[in-house]
Amino acid sequence: MARILTYEERDTWIHRLSGVTKLIFFLLWMLASMLSYDTRVLLTMVLGSLVIYKMSKIEWRQIGTVLKFILFFLVINLLAIFAFSPYEGVNIYGSRTDIVHLFGNYWLTKEQLFYEFNVLIKYVTIVPAVFTFIITTNPSEFAASLNRIGISYNVGYSVAIALRYIPDVQDDFLKIKHAQEARGIEMSGKASLLSRIKNTASIIFPLIFTSMDRIDVVGNAMELRGFGKHKKRTWYAGKTLKKADYIVITVSVIITVAALIITFHDGNRFYNPFA
Amino acid sequence: MTPIIEFKDYTFKYRSQVEPTLRDINLKIYPGEKVLIVGPSGSGKSTIVHCINGLVPFSFAGDITGTLRVKGEDPAKLGVFGMSKIAGTVLQDTNGQFIGLTVAEDIAFALENDMVPQEEMLDRVERVAEIVEVDRLLKNAPWELSGGQKQRVSMAGVMVDDVEILLFDEPLANLDPATGKRAIDLIDRISKERNATILIIEHRLEDALYRDVDRIIVVGEGRIVADLKPDEILAGNIFTEQGIREPLYIAALKHAGCRITEESRPQHIETMLLDSYKEQVKKWFQAAEYEKRKQSEESVLTVKDLYFSYIEGKQVLQHIHFDIHKGEMVSVVGKNGAGKSTLAGIICGFMKPTKGSILLNGEDIEGLSVKERGEKIGLVMQSPGQMISKPMIYDEVALGLAVRGVPEEEIKERVYHTLKICGLYPFRNWPISALSYGQKKRVTIASILVMNPEVIILDEPTAGQDYRHYTEIMEFLKEINERYGITIIMITHDMHLMLEYTDRAIVIADGHLIADDAPVNVLTDEMIADKAYLKKTSLYDLAVKCGIESPSEFAERFIHYERALREGEK
Repeated sequence: MARILTYEERDTWIHRLSGVTKLIFFLLWMLASMLSYDTRVLLTMVLGSLVIYKMSKIEWRQIGTVLKFILFFLVINLLAIFAFSPYEGVNIYGSRTDIVHLFGNYWLTKEQLFYEFNVLIKYVTIVPAVFTFIITTNPSEFAASLNRIGISYNVGYSVAIALRYIPDVQDDFLKIKHAQEARGIEMSGKASLLSRIKNTASIIFPLIFTSMDRIDVVGNAMELRGFGKHKKRTWYAGKTLKKADYIVITVSVIITVAALIITFHDGNRFYNPFA
Repeated sequence: MTPIIEFKDYTFKYRSQVEPTLRDINLKIYPGEKVLIVGPSGSGKSTIVHCINGLVPFSFAGDITGTLRVKGEDPAKLGVFGMSKIAGTVLQDTNGQFIGLTVAEDIAFALENDMVPQEEMLDRVERVAEIVEVDRLLKNAPWELSGGQKQRVSMAGVMVDDVEILLFDEPLANLDPATGKRAIDLIDRISKERNATILIIEHRLEDALYRDVDRIIVVGEGRIVADLKPDEILAGNIFTEQGIREPLYIAALKHAGCRITEESRPQHIETMLLDSYKEQVKKWFQAAEYEKRKQSEESVLTVKDLYFSYIEGKQVLQHIHFDIHKGEMVSVVGKNGAGKSTLAGIICGFMKPTKGSILLNGEDIEGLSVKERGEKIGLVMQSPGQMISKPMIYDEVALGLAVRGVPEEEIKERVYHTLKICGLYPFRNWPISALSYGQKKRVTIASILVMNPEVIILDEPTAGQDYRHYTEIMEFLKEINERYGITIIMITHDMHLMLEYTDRAIVIADGHLIADDAPVNVLTDEMIADKAYLKKTSLYDLAVKCGIESPSEFAERFIHYERALREGEK
């Protein structure tokens, strides 16, 4: 079965970094790209993002489906911005350069196109970073790092345990769905949306009951092996912060600060080529 | 010597129950002993284990009277965590108890919780992984492992703590016969090498006795019914009285009128002294009658040259072809993951074959949707919980008809009729939650039966069931097969089921069909049994050792004899 967006072990310098380092980098990176509308900063970040993505040796099959999904929503988002606010760009940049009249009140302007281009590249800076983070970080190691920076291991472990059992629940779901379909409960496009929603119940209930049984077993199995005995625990998959980690954290901080200075030095977070 | 486990006048009642589950248990187990605890479902045998590991009374609350000492400690005081240092438990569900994201992490789990430093952990995991032979799989994820491998990881996960007692709760339940044999062998090795005290809970007696045990304890209705050496106990009749299935060779010897003695060492057929029984067995063999069941020639389901793969180039099924006749009961057997369930999935239309075709009554069903196929070929899942989606029995059984828009009146009539067939009519207005496991299973079968299918496919219909429930479910299936002419296909790795209830076995190994023959022939053929991870029946060994020329005929006569006995009882 294809497992998308899950950790896969490889040996690159990105994989070797500690989960904490990657989390810090990822959060700072997001902050910078959220705040900045400076096209120069964003384009540099896009480039950086792609370089990192390339270096992490992620394969297309791991992200293909999800990426297509995200692109689809991105396109809808861009169209919606235009539909609801066709002169957003004109307002921001304070000038209006018409390209072509579409219909009614809708004119396509250079400013709007440029504004939406900025929105687009914001996504492009973040998406590869998200993928890189998820796919190169061993969940247990990540849980370990969270614990090390002071977050209760229960939090980290619930993430790890969810990742462990999600594939099982998926398998259960598929089995139950098949059995119910064979009994005549239509879940494909042939049935109307309403009856499909109603029919979901006949899959959800068995799924919940099967999962509850599983939770019992898992709970007992964990307790029998001493989970929760002490306030702390050690981690088989834990990594200590190494030189590379400190370098990456320092560099991320520098990049973020630099990005924000460049963006805000003129008191406006938009870069204006029309001025 | 002081016992390592000692129950004294021990009684335990679950808070949710009226009657105690364990009554006046007096039991001593000494260090280094290997003890098999057998008993039917609900006899309290699993509760004994939970008392030792501390889940009783901490996870399962209730009232205790009497005393229990495990290595001098009281589990009810020491708690689950404290007990985990003394006794390790391997649960029945091989997948559910696998907690880590990789083999190594799962083995290390107990150490992590105990704050063992990382370096020491790496080393200890490595060492214990070698013992159970999973050291090459340390980085593998659970879904990349077979059931047997997961079980070995679980064993490593408790052994890593250097526990003195190992508790195995139905270790054979989810394994194919050959893997089960390997598990028993491994447990035996561990018990010898580590000198650990071992308790095995199991109702598959013959399989569990594959290696020597020191004692067998029989539990019935919460009491200890017997506590004897294997040879002693096999010479008596305690098992049959308690509803536990005796090893088949023992049953055959008894049918032949032999009085089994302790001195003949009946624990293993391989080493049993049979000289004094030979003549009697031979005589019985010649006298026992049997008739071959008449076969209908009309085929109902034909699979022609079927191929299937998820990923191109990696074939899951190859060149599968067979013909199932009307009114047959057929078993599909083979090792876990051999492609049996995939085959059922293709027949039901969940997946499309890459090549080949399936005919129902001579017509290709390629164009039919899952729903349309479902009206002719019903599928019953392994666990009732995977199918039941309505709170009331009537609604659950009516579901298939209701979604097909059958008129209310007709639904009522057909549901009532089906409930009568399934012996559930008196319960028609009951909530499903009030039913026993076996009855729930019947509800799921009824919900398929109500659609009048021609073929029913059952996935592991008796998995995890004791002899009584097994017989109940199987006799019911046999009845609907005989009385209503419904063709039944069962995916199973229960060799008894296949031998006793099916006319034919389709054997799949590594995606290939390697045999399509009478079960007795399959189970007396060493090569097929090996390849498909089945287990040769002990009847075969008995026949060979008694100098009977046709072991498969011997097995066949035995089955026939047992069947006649059962029908005589009714």
